[in-house]
Amino acid sequence: MPSLKRYTPLQIFMHAAASFPLVRLVFEAFTGGLTANPIQHIEQRTGRAALTLLILALAVTPLNTLFGWSELIKRRRALGLYAFLYACVHVIIFLNLDYGLAWSLIVQTVFEKPYILLGAAAFLLLIPLAVTSFDVWKARLGKRWKYLHMLLYFIVPIATLHYAWGKKGDFFHFSGEVGRPWAYAIVFIMLMILRIPAVRRFFASLRTRLRLPFSINKPQAS
Amino acid sequence: MSPFQSNIPSSEITPKEVFLSRRDVLKAAGFAGLGALLAACAPQAVSSSGAQAAPPDVPNSLEDISNYNNYYEFTVDKARVAPLAKDFTSRPWTVEVGGLVNNPKTYDVDELIKKFQPEERIYRLRCVEAWSMVIPWMGFPLAKLLAEVEPASDAKYVAFETIYDPDQMPGQKSPLFPWPYREGLRMDEAMNDLAILATGLYGDLLPNQNGAPIRLVVPWKYGFKSIKGIVRIELTNEEPATLWSSASPNEYGFYANVNPNVSHPRWSQASERRIGELTRRPTLMFNGYAEQVAHLYEGMDLAKNY
Repeated sequence: MPSLKRYTPLQIFMHAAASFPLVRLVFEAFTGGLTANPIQHIEQRTGRAALTLLILALAVTPLNTLFGWSELIKRRRALGLYAFLYACVHVIIFLNLDYGLAWSLIVQTVFEKPYILLGAAAFLLLIPLAVTSFDVWKARLGKRWKYLHMLLYFIVPIATLHYAWGKKGDFFHFSGEVGRPWAYAIVFIMLMILRIPAVRRFFASLRTRLRLPFSINKPQAS
Repeated sequence: MSPFQSNIPSSEITPKEVFLSRRDVLKAAGFAGLGALLAACAPQAVSSSGAQAAPPDVPNSLEDISNYNNYYEFTVDKARVAPLAKDFTSRPWTVEVGGLVNNPKTYDVDELIKKFQPEERIYRLRCVEAWSMVIPWMGFPLAKLLAEVEPASDAKYVAFETIYDPDQMPGQKSPLFPWPYREGLRMDEAMNDLAILATGLYGDLLPNQNGAPIRLVVPWKYGFKSIKGIVRIELTNEEPATLWSSASPNEYGFYANVNPNVSHPRWSQASERRIGELTRRPTLMFNGYAEQVAHLYEGMDLAKNY
Protein backbone atom coordinates (compact mmCIF):
# COMPACT_ATOMS: atom_id res chain seq x y z
CA MET A 1 0.00 0.00 0.00
CA PRO A 2 1.39 3.39 -0.96
CA SER A 3 1.22 5.74 1.99
CA LEU A 4 -0.18 9.23 1.69
CA LYS A 5 3.35 10.56 2.11
CA ARG A 6 4.17 9.47 -1.40
CA TYR A 7 1.86 12.17 -2.69
CA THR A 8 2.84 15.81 -2.88
CA PRO A 9 0.50 18.44 -1.40
CA LEU A 10 -0.28 19.66 -4.91
CA GLN A 11 -1.20 16.15 -5.95
CA ILE A 12 -3.53 15.69 -3.01
CA PHE A 13 -5.10 19.07 -3.58
CA MET A 14 -5.56 18.40 -7.25
CA HIS A 15 -7.28 15.04 -6.75
CA ALA A 16 -9.54 16.52 -4.09
CA ALA A 17 -10.45 19.55 -6.22
CA ALA A 18 -10.96 17.52 -9.39
CA SER A 19 -13.30 15.06 -7.68
CA PHE A 20 -15.20 17.83 -5.91
CA PRO A 21 -17.84 18.32 -8.65
CA LEU A 22 -18.61 14.59 -8.59
CA VAL A 23 -18.72 14.47 -4.79
CA ARG A 24 -20.99 17.51 -4.82
CA LEU A 25 -23.41 15.89 -7.28
CA VAL A 26 -23.58 12.75 -5.16
CA PHE A 27 -24.19 14.89 -2.07
CA GLU A 28 -26.93 16.81 -3.89
CA ALA A 29 -28.50 13.58 -5.06
CA PHE A 30 -28.99 12.58 -1.43
CA THR A 31 -30.12 15.97 -0.19
CA GLY A 32 -32.52 16.87 -3.00
CA GLY A 33 -30.23 19.51 -4.43
CA LEU A 34 -30.36 18.34 -8.03
CA THR A 35 -33.18 20.83 -8.80
CA ALA A 36 -36.52 19.99 -10.39
CA ASN A 37 -34.68 19.14 -13.60
CA PRO A 38 -31.93 16.79 -12.36
CA ILE A 39 -30.92 15.46 -15.77
CA GLN A 40 -30.17 18.91 -17.14
CA HIS A 41 -28.52 19.91 -13.86
CA ILE A 42 -26.10 16.96 -13.97
CA GLU A 43 -25.44 17.54 -17.67
CA GLN A 44 -24.57 21.17 -17.11
CA ARG A 45 -22.43 20.52 -14.03
CA THR A 46 -20.39 17.73 -15.58
CA GLY A 47 -19.98 19.71 -18.79
CA ARG A 48 -18.70 22.71 -16.91
CA ALA A 49 -16.36 20.54 -14.81
CA ALA A 50 -14.91 18.98 -17.96
CA LEU A 51 -14.31 22.35 -19.60
CA THR A 52 -12.81 23.84 -16.44
CA LEU A 53 -10.38 20.94 -16.12
CA LEU A 54 -9.38 21.14 -19.78
CA ILE A 55 -8.61 24.83 -19.35
CA LEU A 56 -6.60 24.05 -16.21
CA ALA A 57 -4.63 21.51 -18.23
CA LEU A 58 -3.93 24.26 -20.75
CA ALA A 59 -2.83 26.54 -17.90
CA VAL A 60 0.00 24.23 -16.87
CA THR A 61 2.57 25.40 -19.40
CA PRO A 62 1.90 29.15 -18.95
CA LEU A 63 1.97 28.80 -15.15
CA ASN A 64 5.30 27.06 -15.45
CA THR A 65 6.54 29.85 -17.71
CA LEU A 66 5.38 32.57 -15.34
CA PHE A 67 6.28 31.02 -12.00
CA GLY A 68 8.64 28.20 -12.81
CA TRP A 69 6.16 25.84 -11.24
CA SER A 70 7.38 22.70 -12.93
CA GLU A 71 5.61 20.16 -10.74
CA LEU A 72 2.40 21.16 -12.51
CA ILE A 73 3.63 19.46 -15.66
CA LYS A 74 3.53 16.13 -13.88
CA ARG A 75 -0.10 16.71 -12.91
CA ARG A 76 -1.34 17.61 -16.35
CA ARG A 77 -2.24 14.09 -17.42
CA ALA A 78 -4.48 13.62 -14.37
CA LEU A 79 -6.23 16.94 -15.11
CA GLY A 80 -6.91 15.79 -18.65
CA LEU A 81 -8.17 12.38 -17.57
CA TYR A 82 -10.48 13.89 -14.98
CA ALA A 83 -11.80 16.18 -17.71
CA PHE A 84 -12.38 13.14 -19.92
CA LEU A 85 -14.19 11.37 -17.10
CA TYR A 86 -16.59 14.30 -16.66
CA ALA A 87 -17.04 14.56 -20.41
CA CYS A 88 -17.93 10.85 -20.51
CA VAL A 89 -20.52 11.25 -17.75
CA HIS A 90 -21.84 14.32 -19.57
CA VAL A 91 -22.23 12.40 -22.85
CA ILE A 92 -23.60 9.22 -21.23
CA ILE A 93 -26.27 11.23 -19.38
CA PHE A 94 -27.17 13.05 -22.58
CA LEU A 95 -27.56 9.83 -24.58
CA ASN A 96 -29.08 7.61 -21.91
CA LEU A 97 -31.11 9.78 -19.61
CA ASP A 98 -31.87 12.92 -21.58
CA TYR A 99 -32.61 11.20 -24.86
CA GLY A 100 -33.25 7.65 -23.60
CA LEU A 101 -31.08 6.17 -26.38
CA ALA A 102 -33.73 7.19 -28.92
CA TRP A 103 -31.21 7.25 -31.74
CA SER A 104 -33.37 8.82 -34.41
CA LEU A 105 -34.19 11.68 -32.04
CA ILE A 106 -30.53 11.96 -31.04
CA VAL A 107 -29.37 12.14 -34.66
CA GLN A 108 -32.06 14.73 -35.42
CA THR A 109 -31.01 16.73 -32.35
CA VAL A 110 -27.31 16.62 -33.20
CA PHE A 111 -27.97 18.07 -36.63
CA GLU A 112 -30.70 20.50 -35.63
CA LYS A 113 -28.79 21.91 -32.70
CA PRO A 114 -25.38 23.19 -33.80
CA TYR A 115 -24.23 23.39 -30.20
CA ILE A 116 -24.77 19.66 -29.77
CA LEU A 117 -22.78 19.04 -32.95
CA LEU A 118 -19.93 21.12 -31.49
CA GLY A 119 -20.13 19.18 -28.23
CA ALA A 120 -20.00 15.88 -30.11
CA ALA A 121 -16.98 17.07 -32.08
CA ALA A 122 -15.15 18.18 -28.93
CA PHE A 123 -15.86 14.86 -27.25
CA LEU A 124 -14.76 12.75 -30.22
CA LEU A 125 -11.52 14.72 -30.51
CA LEU A 126 -10.87 14.20 -26.82
CA ILE A 127 -10.99 10.41 -27.08
CA PRO A 128 -7.60 9.92 -28.86
CA LEU A 129 -5.99 12.25 -26.34
CA ALA A 130 -7.30 10.24 -23.41
CA VAL A 131 -6.29 6.95 -25.04
CA THR A 132 -2.75 8.11 -25.81
CA SER A 133 -2.22 9.83 -22.49
CA PHE A 134 -0.26 6.89 -21.09
CA ASP A 135 3.52 6.55 -21.15
CA VAL A 136 3.47 3.61 -23.56
CA TRP A 137 1.79 5.73 -26.18
CA LYS A 138 3.91 8.74 -25.43
CA ALA A 139 7.02 6.67 -26.10
CA ARG A 140 5.53 5.00 -29.14
CA LEU A 141 4.41 8.24 -30.78
CA GLY A 142 7.50 10.29 -30.01
CA LYS A 143 7.31 13.78 -31.40
CA ARG A 144 3.92 13.11 -32.97
CA TRP A 145 2.48 12.72 -29.46
CA LYS A 146 3.06 16.38 -28.77
CA TYR A 147 1.36 17.44 -31.98
CA LEU A 148 -1.56 15.12 -31.31
CA HIS A 149 -2.08 16.65 -27.90
CA MET A 150 -2.03 20.13 -29.38
CA LEU A 151 -5.54 19.19 -30.52
CA LEU A 152 -6.56 20.60 -27.17
CA TYR A 153 -5.99 24.09 -28.60
CA PHE A 154 -8.99 23.34 -30.86
CA ILE A 155 -11.03 21.24 -28.45
CA VAL A 156 -11.26 23.95 -25.79
CA PRO A 157 -12.65 26.68 -28.06
CA ILE A 158 -15.06 24.19 -29.63
CA ALA A 159 -16.26 23.12 -26.19
CA THR A 160 -16.52 26.75 -25.07
CA LEU A 161 -18.66 27.60 -28.09
CA HIS A 162 -20.74 24.47 -27.38
CA TYR A 163 -21.30 25.86 -23.87
CA ALA A 164 -22.06 29.38 -25.10
CA TRP A 165 -24.49 28.30 -27.80
CA GLY A 166 -26.43 26.19 -25.34
CA LYS A 167 -27.34 29.41 -23.53
CA LYS A 168 -29.94 32.01 -24.38
CA GLY A 169 -28.35 35.06 -25.92
CA ASP A 170 -25.92 36.19 -28.55
CA PHE A 171 -22.38 35.16 -27.61
CA PHE A 172 -20.60 37.28 -30.21
CA HIS A 173 -22.60 40.39 -29.37
CA PHE A 174 -22.03 40.14 -25.62
CA SER A 175 -25.76 39.98 -25.14
CA GLY A 176 -27.82 37.59 -23.02
CA GLU A 177 -26.72 34.73 -20.80
CA VAL A 178 -23.14 34.77 -22.06
CA GLY A 179 -21.18 35.95 -19.01
CA ARG A 180 -19.82 32.59 -17.91
CA PRO A 181 -18.98 31.31 -21.39
CA TRP A 182 -17.09 34.54 -21.99
CA ALA A 183 -15.16 34.10 -18.75
CA TYR A 184 -13.98 30.72 -20.05
CA ALA A 185 -13.21 32.19 -23.47
CA ILE A 186 -11.13 35.03 -22.02
CA VAL A 187 -9.07 32.70 -19.85
CA PHE A 188 -8.50 30.46 -22.87
CA ILE A 189 -7.39 33.42 -25.01
CA MET A 190 -4.96 34.58 -22.32
CA LEU A 191 -3.49 31.10 -22.01
CA MET A 192 -2.97 31.00 -25.76
CA ILE A 193 -1.32 34.43 -25.79
CA LEU A 194 1.12 33.19 -23.15
CA ARG A 195 2.09 30.44 -25.59
CA ILE A 196 3.25 32.84 -28.27
CA PRO A 197 7.04 32.26 -28.33
CA ALA A 198 7.94 35.96 -27.96
CA VAL A 199 5.55 36.43 -25.06
CA ARG A 200 6.75 33.23 -23.47
CA ARG A 201 10.41 34.23 -23.79
CA PHE A 202 9.66 37.66 -22.37
CA PHE A 203 8.05 36.26 -19.23
CA ALA A 204 10.67 33.52 -18.82
CA SER A 205 13.52 36.04 -18.93
CA LEU A 206 11.60 38.44 -16.69
CA ARG A 207 11.28 35.73 -14.08
CA THR A 208 14.95 34.79 -14.08
CA ARG A 209 16.14 38.40 -14.20
CA LEU A 210 13.90 39.63 -11.40
CA ARG A 211 14.00 36.48 -9.27
CA LEU A 212 10.38 37.18 -8.51
CA PRO A 213 9.47 36.54 -4.89
CA PHE A 214 6.52 34.37 -5.92
CA SER A 215 8.68 32.14 -8.03
CA ILE A 216 7.96 28.54 -7.12
CA ASN A 217 11.20 26.92 -8.03
CA LYS A 218 11.20 23.91 -5.83
CA PRO A 219 13.78 21.19 -6.34
CA GLN A 220 12.07 18.19 -7.82
CA ALA A 221 11.92 14.99 -5.85
CA SER A 222 12.59 12.18 -8.24
CA MET B 1 -47.06 9.82 -38.82
CA SER B 2 -44.30 10.86 -36.53
CA PRO B 3 -45.29 11.15 -32.88
CA PHE B 4 -43.86 14.65 -33.02
CA GLN B 5 -46.62 15.87 -35.27
CA SER B 6 -49.58 14.48 -33.36
CA ASN B 7 -52.12 16.96 -32.20
CA ILE B 8 -54.31 16.60 -29.16
CA PRO B 9 -57.50 18.32 -28.20
CA SER B 10 -56.31 20.70 -25.67
CA SER B 11 -58.74 22.40 -23.38
CA GLU B 12 -57.04 21.72 -20.11
CA ILE B 13 -58.86 24.41 -18.21
CA THR B 14 -60.38 22.97 -15.10
CA PRO B 15 -64.15 22.78 -15.49
CA LYS B 16 -65.63 25.29 -13.14
CA GLU B 17 -67.57 22.74 -11.06
CA VAL B 18 -64.42 20.67 -10.51
CA PHE B 19 -62.53 23.78 -9.56
CA LEU B 20 -65.23 24.86 -7.12
CA SER B 21 -65.53 21.48 -5.47
CA ARG B 22 -61.78 21.26 -5.18
CA ARG B 23 -61.80 24.62 -3.54
CA ASP B 24 -64.25 23.37 -0.91
CA VAL B 25 -62.11 20.33 -0.23
CA LEU B 26 -59.12 22.61 0.19
CA LYS B 27 -60.92 24.95 2.45
CA ALA B 28 -62.07 22.05 4.61
CA ALA B 29 -58.61 20.58 4.72
CA GLY B 30 -56.92 23.83 5.46
CA PHE B 31 -53.39 24.11 4.30
CA ALA B 32 -52.08 20.88 5.76
CA GLY B 33 -51.20 18.43 3.07
CA LEU B 34 -52.06 20.90 0.36
CA GLY B 35 -49.59 19.51 -2.12
CA ALA B 36 -50.58 15.91 -1.61
CA LEU B 37 -54.24 16.71 -1.88
CA LEU B 38 -53.85 18.61 -5.09
CA ALA B 39 -51.72 15.91 -6.56
CA ALA B 40 -54.50 13.47 -5.79
CA CYS B 41 -57.15 15.70 -7.34
CA ALA B 42 -55.22 16.66 -10.40
CA PRO B 43 -55.77 13.68 -12.71
CA GLN B 44 -59.50 14.10 -12.29
CA ALA B 45 -59.22 17.74 -13.19
CA VAL B 46 -57.57 17.17 -16.53
CA SER B 47 -58.98 13.79 -17.55
CA SER B 48 -61.78 15.37 -19.57
CA SER B 49 -59.53 16.13 -22.52
CA GLY B 50 -60.18 12.70 -24.06
CA ALA B 51 -56.87 12.86 -25.86
CA GLN B 52 -55.83 9.67 -27.55
CA ALA B 53 -52.18 8.70 -27.10
CA ALA B 54 -51.32 12.00 -25.47
CA PRO B 55 -49.66 11.48 -22.12
CA PRO B 56 -51.63 12.92 -19.21
CA ASP B 57 -50.91 16.38 -17.85
CA VAL B 58 -50.52 16.28 -14.10
CA PRO B 59 -49.78 19.55 -12.31
CA ASN B 60 -46.23 19.82 -11.04
CA SER B 61 -45.68 20.15 -7.31
CA LEU B 62 -45.57 23.58 -5.71
CA GLU B 63 -42.05 22.62 -4.63
CA ASP B 64 -40.93 22.20 -8.26
CA ILE B 65 -42.86 25.18 -9.57
CA SER B 66 -41.42 27.51 -6.95
CA ASN B 67 -37.83 26.26 -6.97
CA TYR B 68 -37.01 26.04 -10.65
CA ASN B 69 -37.44 29.50 -12.11
CA ASN B 70 -36.15 31.52 -14.99
CA TYR B 71 -36.20 35.04 -13.59
CA TYR B 72 -33.03 36.70 -14.81
CA GLU B 73 -33.78 39.82 -12.77
CA PHE B 74 -32.50 37.78 -9.83
CA THR B 75 -30.05 35.31 -11.36
CA VAL B 76 -29.64 33.08 -14.40
CA ASP B 77 -29.37 30.09 -12.04
CA LYS B 78 -32.84 28.56 -11.90
CA ALA B 79 -32.35 26.96 -8.50
CA ARG B 80 -31.11 30.17 -6.88
CA VAL B 81 -33.99 32.46 -7.84
CA ALA B 82 -36.16 31.36 -4.92
CA PRO B 83 -33.66 32.20 -2.14
CA LEU B 84 -32.69 35.49 -3.84
CA ALA B 85 -36.33 36.53 -4.24
CA LYS B 86 -37.26 35.63 -0.68
CA ASP B 87 -37.27 39.21 0.60
CA PHE B 88 -38.58 40.88 -2.54
CA THR B 89 -41.22 43.49 -1.69
CA SER B 90 -44.35 42.87 -3.72
CA ARG B 91 -46.63 45.16 -1.68
CA PRO B 92 -47.59 47.93 -2.03
CA TRP B 93 -47.61 47.51 -5.80
CA THR B 94 -49.26 49.44 -8.54
CA VAL B 95 -49.80 48.65 -12.20
CA GLU B 96 -50.03 51.60 -14.53
CA VAL B 97 -52.27 50.97 -17.52
CA GLY B 98 -52.03 53.60 -20.23
CA GLY B 99 -51.07 54.45 -23.77
CA LEU B 100 -53.77 54.31 -26.41
CA VAL B 101 -56.72 53.90 -24.07
CA ASN B 102 -59.67 56.08 -23.17
CA ASN B 103 -59.45 55.40 -19.41
CA PRO B 104 -55.81 55.28 -18.36
CA LYS B 105 -55.55 54.24 -14.75
CA THR B 106 -53.05 53.15 -12.14
CA TYR B 107 -54.33 50.19 -10.15
CA ASP B 108 -53.23 48.86 -6.83
CA VAL B 109 -52.61 45.13 -7.33
CA ASP B 110 -54.95 44.20 -4.49
CA GLU B 111 -57.64 46.30 -6.11
CA LEU B 112 -57.19 44.26 -9.30
CA ILE B 113 -57.46 41.01 -7.38
CA LYS B 114 -60.63 42.18 -5.65
CA LYS B 115 -62.17 43.52 -8.79
CA PHE B 116 -61.46 40.69 -11.19
CA GLN B 117 -61.79 37.66 -8.86
CA PRO B 118 -58.98 35.35 -10.02
CA GLU B 119 -60.02 31.83 -10.98
CA GLU B 120 -57.89 28.72 -11.31
CA ARG B 121 -56.43 27.94 -14.72
CA ILE B 122 -54.32 24.82 -15.13
CA TYR B 123 -51.95 25.47 -18.02
CA ARG B 124 -48.96 23.80 -19.56
CA LEU B 125 -45.90 26.05 -19.55
CA ARG B 126 -43.31 25.32 -22.23
CA CYS B 127 -39.90 26.96 -21.80
CA VAL B 128 -37.86 27.77 -24.91
CA GLU B 129 -35.09 25.75 -23.22
CA ALA B 130 -37.22 22.66 -23.96
CA TRP B 131 -38.55 21.82 -20.54
CA SER B 132 -42.17 22.14 -19.46
CA MET B 133 -44.43 22.08 -16.43
CA VAL B 134 -48.15 22.04 -15.68
CA ILE B 135 -49.10 24.90 -13.41
CA PRO B 136 -52.36 25.66 -11.60
CA TRP B 137 -52.41 29.44 -11.82
CA MET B 138 -54.88 31.79 -10.19
CA GLY B 139 -55.63 34.64 -12.54
CA PHE B 140 -58.11 36.65 -14.56
CA PRO B 141 -58.36 37.25 -18.29
CA LEU B 142 -56.24 40.13 -19.50
CA ALA B 143 -59.23 41.02 -21.71
CA LYS B 144 -61.21 42.04 -18.61
CA LEU B 145 -58.64 44.62 -17.61
CA LEU B 146 -58.29 45.89 -21.17
CA ALA B 147 -62.06 46.25 -21.49
CA GLU B 148 -62.07 48.39 -18.40
CA VAL B 149 -59.49 50.88 -19.71
CA GLU B 150 -61.18 50.94 -23.13
CA PRO B 151 -58.56 50.56 -25.86
CA ALA B 152 -58.57 53.36 -28.42
CA SER B 153 -59.41 52.34 -31.97
CA ASP B 154 -55.80 52.68 -33.12
CA ALA B 155 -54.40 50.43 -30.36
CA LYS B 156 -52.82 47.39 -32.03
CA TYR B 157 -50.43 46.01 -29.44
CA VAL B 158 -50.13 45.64 -25.69
CA ALA B 159 -46.70 46.25 -24.16
CA PHE B 160 -45.73 45.08 -20.69
CA GLU B 161 -42.86 46.11 -18.45
CA THR B 162 -41.33 44.52 -15.35
CA ILE B 163 -40.27 46.52 -12.33
CA TYR B 164 -36.71 47.88 -12.55
CA ASP B 165 -35.16 47.77 -9.09
CA PRO B 166 -31.52 46.58 -9.13
CA ASP B 167 -31.27 46.94 -5.35
CA GLN B 168 -33.85 44.21 -4.94
CA MET B 169 -33.06 42.38 -8.14
CA PRO B 170 -29.31 41.80 -8.36
CA GLY B 171 -29.51 40.27 -11.84
CA GLN B 172 -30.56 43.66 -13.21
CA LYS B 173 -27.03 44.86 -12.55
CA SER B 174 -25.84 42.69 -15.43
CA PRO B 175 -24.95 44.85 -18.43
CA LEU B 176 -25.57 41.89 -20.74
CA PHE B 177 -29.33 42.47 -20.84
CA PRO B 178 -31.31 45.52 -21.97
CA TRP B 179 -33.29 46.00 -18.73
CA PRO B 180 -36.06 46.40 -17.81
CA TYR B 181 -37.75 43.25 -19.10
CA ARG B 182 -40.32 44.08 -21.75
CA GLU B 183 -42.82 41.92 -23.53
CA GLY B 184 -45.74 42.42 -25.83
CA LEU B 185 -48.78 40.87 -27.47
CA ARG B 186 -50.84 41.72 -30.48
CA MET B 187 -54.27 43.05 -29.50
CA ASP B 188 -56.18 39.94 -30.60
CA GLU B 189 -53.72 37.73 -28.71
CA ALA B 190 -54.16 39.84 -25.61
CA MET B 191 -57.97 39.60 -25.91
CA ASN B 192 -57.91 35.79 -26.22
CA ASP B 193 -59.47 34.15 -23.20
CA LEU B 194 -56.38 31.97 -22.56
CA ALA B 195 -54.23 35.05 -21.87
CA ILE B 196 -54.41 35.80 -18.18
CA LEU B 197 -52.81 38.03 -15.62
CA ALA B 198 -51.88 35.60 -12.86
CA THR B 199 -51.80 36.67 -9.24
CA GLY B 200 -51.67 33.27 -7.60
CA LEU B 201 -50.52 29.68 -7.70
CA TYR B 202 -52.10 26.58 -6.12
CA GLY B 203 -54.87 28.71 -4.65
CA ASP B 204 -52.45 31.00 -2.81
CA LEU B 205 -50.75 34.28 -3.73
CA LEU B 206 -47.95 34.13 -6.28
CA PRO B 207 -44.53 33.36 -4.76
CA ASN B 208 -41.97 36.10 -5.44
CA GLN B 209 -39.87 33.83 -7.63
CA ASN B 210 -42.86 33.12 -9.88
CA GLY B 211 -43.43 36.78 -10.65
CA ALA B 212 -45.29 38.25 -7.67
CA PRO B 213 -47.49 40.07 -7.37
CA ILE B 214 -48.78 39.95 -10.94
CA ARG B 215 -47.55 38.38 -14.16
CA LEU B 216 -48.74 37.51 -17.62
CA VAL B 217 -49.45 33.90 -18.62
CA VAL B 218 -49.83 33.13 -22.33
CA PRO B 219 -49.66 29.33 -22.40
CA TRP B 220 -49.41 28.87 -26.19
CA LYS B 221 -46.18 30.88 -26.30
CA TYR B 222 -42.72 30.08 -24.94
CA GLY B 223 -42.38 30.90 -21.26
CA PHE B 224 -40.30 34.05 -21.73
CA LYS B 225 -43.39 35.81 -23.17
CA SER B 226 -45.11 35.43 -19.81
CA ILE B 227 -43.52 38.49 -18.23
CA LYS B 228 -43.27 38.69 -14.44
CA GLY B 229 -43.54 41.46 -11.83
CA ILE B 230 -45.53 43.79 -14.12
CA VAL B 231 -45.62 47.51 -13.26
CA ARG B 232 -46.71 48.98 -16.59
CA ILE B 233 -49.07 47.99 -19.38
CA GLU B 234 -49.16 50.24 -22.41
CA LEU B 235 -51.31 50.01 -25.51
CA THR B 236 -49.50 51.03 -28.66
CA ASN B 237 -49.95 51.10 -32.40
CA GLU B 238 -46.46 49.74 -33.08
CA GLU B 239 -45.02 46.33 -32.35
CA PRO B 240 -43.21 46.83 -29.03
CA ALA B 241 -39.57 45.88 -28.56
CA THR B 242 -39.07 42.99 -26.15
CA LEU B 243 -36.05 42.15 -24.02
CA TRP B 244 -35.21 38.94 -25.82
CA SER B 245 -35.87 40.23 -29.31
CA SER B 246 -33.49 43.11 -28.51
CA ALA B 247 -30.85 40.89 -26.91
CA SER B 248 -30.80 38.34 -29.72
CA PRO B 249 -33.03 39.44 -32.62
CA ASN B 250 -32.52 36.52 -34.96
CA GLU B 251 -33.30 33.99 -32.25
CA TYR B 252 -36.26 35.46 -30.42
CA GLY B 253 -39.10 36.85 -32.44
CA PHE B 254 -42.09 38.83 -31.30
CA TYR B 255 -44.57 35.97 -31.60
CA ALA B 256 -42.62 33.12 -29.94
CA ASN B 257 -45.47 30.66 -30.39
CA VAL B 258 -44.66 27.14 -29.26
CA ASN B 259 -44.04 25.35 -32.53
CA PRO B 260 -42.34 21.94 -32.84
CA ASN B 261 -41.81 22.49 -36.56
CA VAL B 262 -39.87 25.72 -36.30
CA SER B 263 -36.49 25.31 -34.63
CA HIS B 264 -34.80 27.96 -32.62
CA PRO B 265 -31.60 28.58 -34.63
CA ARG B 266 -29.62 26.66 -32.08
CA TRP B 267 -32.25 24.31 -30.61
CA SER B 268 -34.67 21.85 -32.04
CA GLN B 269 -38.06 22.45 -30.48
CA ALA B 270 -39.48 19.07 -31.48
CA SER B 271 -39.42 17.55 -28.02
CA GLU B 272 -39.39 18.63 -24.42
CA ARG B 273 -38.80 17.30 -20.94
CA ARG B 274 -41.77 17.54 -18.64
CA ILE B 275 -40.33 18.31 -15.22
CA GLY B 276 -40.70 15.18 -13.11
CA GLU B 277 -40.63 12.79 -16.06
CA LEU B 278 -37.76 10.69 -17.35
CA THR B 279 -38.59 10.43 -21.03
CA ARG B 280 -39.01 13.32 -23.41
CA ARG B 281 -42.40 14.22 -24.82
CA PRO B 282 -43.21 15.49 -28.28
CA THR B 283 -43.87 19.22 -28.24
CA LEU B 284 -47.37 20.15 -29.37
CA MET B 285 -48.32 22.89 -31.83
CA PHE B 286 -49.21 26.02 -29.86
CA ASN B 287 -48.32 23.97 -26.78
CA GLY B 288 -51.53 22.01 -27.31
CA TYR B 289 -53.78 25.06 -27.47
CA ALA B 290 -54.21 25.13 -31.25
CA GLU B 291 -57.99 24.82 -30.93
CA GLN B 292 -58.16 28.10 -29.06
CA VAL B 293 -55.48 30.16 -30.79
CA ALA B 294 -54.61 28.77 -34.23
CA HIS B 295 -57.15 31.10 -35.89
CA LEU B 296 -55.15 34.11 -34.69
CA TYR B 297 -52.35 33.19 -37.07
CA GLU B 298 -54.27 32.12 -40.16
CA GLY B 299 -52.44 33.10 -43.31
CA MET B 300 -49.27 33.95 -41.42
CA ASP B 301 -45.95 32.26 -42.20
CA LEU B 302 -45.02 31.01 -38.75
CA ALA B 303 -41.48 30.16 -39.83
CA LYS B 304 -40.97 33.82 -40.64
CA ASN B 305 -43.01 35.20 -37.77
CA TYR B 306 -41.28 33.08 -35.14
